[in-house]
Amino acid sequence: MAARHLEPDTPELRARWGNFAWNAENAEKAKEVLARYPVGRQRSAVMPLLDLAQRQVGAETNTQGWLPIPVMEYVAAYLDMPIIRVVEVASFYTMYNLVPVGRYHVQVCGTTPCMLRGSDDIMAACKKRGMHKGHTTDDGMWTLTEVECMGNCASAPMVQINDDNYEDLTVESFDKVLDALAKGETPKPGTQLPGRHTVEPVGEPTSLAAMVKENHDYRGEW
Amino acid sequence: MPKLTVDGIEVEVPAGATVLQACEAAGKEIPRFCYHERLSIAGNCRMCLVEVKPGPPKPQASCALPAGEGQEIRTDSEMVRKAREGVMEFLLINHPLDCPICDQGGECDLQDQSVAYGRGASRYDENKRAVTEKYMGPLIKTVMTRCIHCTRCVRFSEEIAGVDEIGALYRGENMQITTYLERAAKHELSANVIDLCPVGALTSRPYAFEARPWELKKTLSIDVSDAVGSNIRIDSRGREALRILPRVNDDVNEEWLSDKARFQVDGLTRRRLDRVWIRKQGKLQQASWEDAFAAIAKAKPGASIAAIAGDMLDCETMFAAKVLLKASGSSLIESRQTGMDYAVSSLAAVNFNSTFAGIETADAILIVGSHVRWEAPLVNVRLRKAAKNGAKIFIVGPEWETTYPATFLGADVSVLSKLPGDVSDAFKDAKRPAIILGGAGLAAGAHDAALALAVKFKMVTPEWNGFNVLHMAAARMGALMLGFAQQGGIKDLVAAKPAVLLALGADEVDFSAFEGSLKVYIGHHGDKAAHAADIVLPASAFTEKAGTYVNTEGRVQFADKAVFAPGDAREDWTILRALADALGVTVGFDSFAELQAAMIAEVPALGIEGLADYGSDLPKGDAKADLGGEIRYPIKDFYLTNPIARASETMQRCSSELLHGVEFAEAAE
Repeated sequence: MAARHLEPDTPELRARWGNFAWNAENAEKAKEVLARYPVGRQRSAVMPLLDLAQRQVGAETNTQGWLPIPVMEYVAAYLDMPIIRVVEVASFYTMYNLVPVGRYHVQVCGTTPCMLRGSDDIMAACKKRGMHKGHTTDDGMWTLTEVECMGNCASAPMVQINDDNYEDLTVESFDKVLDALAKGETPKPGTQLPGRHTVEPVGEPTSLAAMVKENHDYRGEW
Repeated sequence: MPKLTVDGIEVEVPAGATVLQACEAAGKEIPRFCYHERLSIAGNCRMCLVEVKPGPPKPQASCALPAGEGQEIRTDSEMVRKAREGVMEFLLINHPLDCPICDQGGECDLQDQSVAYGRGASRYDENKRAVTEKYMGPLIKTVMTRCIHCTRCVRFSEEIAGVDEIGALYRGENMQITTYLERAAKHELSANVIDLCPVGALTSRPYAFEARPWELKKTLSIDVSDAVGSNIRIDSRGREALRILPRVNDDVNEEWLSDKARFQVDGLTRRRLDRVWIRKQGKLQQASWEDAFAAIAKAKPGASIAAIAGDMLDCETMFAAKVLLKASGSSLIESRQTGMDYAVSSLAAVNFNSTFAGIETADAILIVGSHVRWEAPLVNVRLRKAAKNGAKIFIVGPEWETTYPATFLGADVSVLSKLPGDVSDAFKDAKRPAIILGGAGLAAGAHDAALALAVKFKMVTPEWNGFNVLHMAAARMGALMLGFAQQGGIKDLVAAKPAVLLALGADEVDFSAFEGSLKVYIGHHGDKAAHAADIVLPASAFTEKAGTYVNTEGRVQFADKAVFAPGDAREDWTILRALADALGVTVGFDSFAELQAAMIAEVPALGIEGLADYGSDLPKGDAKADLGGEIRYPIKDFYLTNPIARASETMQRCSSELLHGVEFAEAAE
């Protein structure tokens, strides 16, 4: 999350995004989101609506999407709330991109469990493909960010790319994922380990082994 | 009413009080940065940690912890001492040690508290955080590296001012306080965040690097930029008033001050009249006091003398003028410079009877012809509180940006005689209905109609008086108490064709109507009246004389003299005393004390600090009164409403930048 900043408010930015408005499909969705909150508490919808706006920008630019200033102003006007409150929310949460990103936003977890399980190699694999931390590749395909713990420690190392997590990565399986994405395919999200489904123990359970077959009372053994 | 002990002292506090308040009730000082009595509780600085039993075995933030029955609080234990040291050490990690070049130095909460509660030295040798400067307009200077993220400024602009424009962007260590896209803070109370800021992150831009607090002489005074009568403290050094700060007075200004009252102070050293001027062959030329008095005496006014009181006068000056005219045999005195002629037979009918604190409790308010945000920003704060408490607010007049939900009923004042159904229903149901009649409403002839509405909606009961007139001139209520009003307003003075016209700081008068009179201007700024005057006598501004002021709610307040007037300028009453000699009449006072005693003898209410009693008997009014049509607010530019503000560079810059959108390039530093 280092070096987050707002994209400068330039005339070009205004020209490109100044007349942003929901497209027909999102206008429906926005209404539905708004209806989830009680009357007078519509401001609570700011987070889902910012996400919706980011996705629409993404669809228009064929990227993961980001939030230009005029788009945030549009959301503020839509919810009739002060613009500064919208920017506060957008700048607080790292899932809102404040600057343009590429087609795929590769977020490599570098926190201790992932690091111990080889996130350095994953990072090196990204660099090998020309990605730099905090930058988008020249072809507009990849944006690389190093992030802190995403809560997938049991299947470390992991990478989040746009909406999906890819876990239990090795350099080879990670390369396969990126190749598939580059070709426009959708690789299987979740664990990339053959034979593993979610985060169940690999092989046999190593703790609470007696619980596998039946409800075992451990209390006597304490 | 929970009972608890603080360091062994038993205290009882009202239900809902916090532990911090309980500690204060027990006389214990709790250090704090983010907590402020008038703002919501944030609990993010952690400086107010105390030990609480029963509870988890760790220090707790006392500002956000409700006081409970039987709690045992320790503020002097080893745990508390260590907790405070730890918090202080963390706060100082990212705070630059630039106190020698910081304007907050000497009056800085962080400085004081780190001396009192901090460790002696730092153990931190990593790099400190640095934050880019943020532009917040011509009044607020920012050094955001010093910010400790207490969010008082954010809460002030959201809760008190009602203008959401300051926010905290990003998170954690990268959190930054800023206005949206670094635009200038654009409301009339913006500079209060300077007082609220516990460190030197937000300081006063016009006052930057002017003085250190310990060099300043502090004088208690009353603000004259509007009719609120805010309590202020004038900080002066030598002969110059350097800055104005608000004083706490819960009945008047709480602890806020409008930007104009705070920053017009630099106008006191510019465009000043510091010599006597006499017009010869159409040009003002320097002269001596003797020449001026001789010239006035030569006009042999006799009883043909009139006086107009300006908007910023103290009662003593007006009384001295009144006595002088009376001794000459004239009673041509008027204070409503722009020619208004509302009836003043009952002072209660031209007074803000609800009081400022009382208007907060009103539940339906009709504002007639008042741009409250510009005419009395601190009354607007009260109205916002009333609206938050559920009051319905309706406004008759051209639309302006309110800071609370309000319904505009159109600019035509004739709507008063046929209020829409929902409005009259709201007033019929209200327990404490109120009407606020502004200067524009009076000018549009709505006085009688408003009085009739007060009767119709039963706004005056033994417990509640909801009829209010909101004046704009600090001198107005005092002038009316002293009888500075003619039946026909200033037209009566014009009709009398006086030989000599004394304009006492009166700059808004149309002097072309007084063609044949010898116009003597007694004032402190070379403004509109000095251009029209035949003789200019230099007098004192409000900082340069002691005096009595009465605000729009009829509150009598005394102000002290902070500095001496520049050059040949004298205190107003001495000029009038000398003029009496020149005219050969006796006024019966030779000192300020004698003048004040004579004034109090004539109007006893002016001798008692506090609300003057005008009774609660209002005239019945006249529901069928002729209404004057369209309402036009008299204030076109909030920052330039009086001669001092017009002379102030700060106010001029505010006007052009904040109201007229002129862009100023920032000086390269």
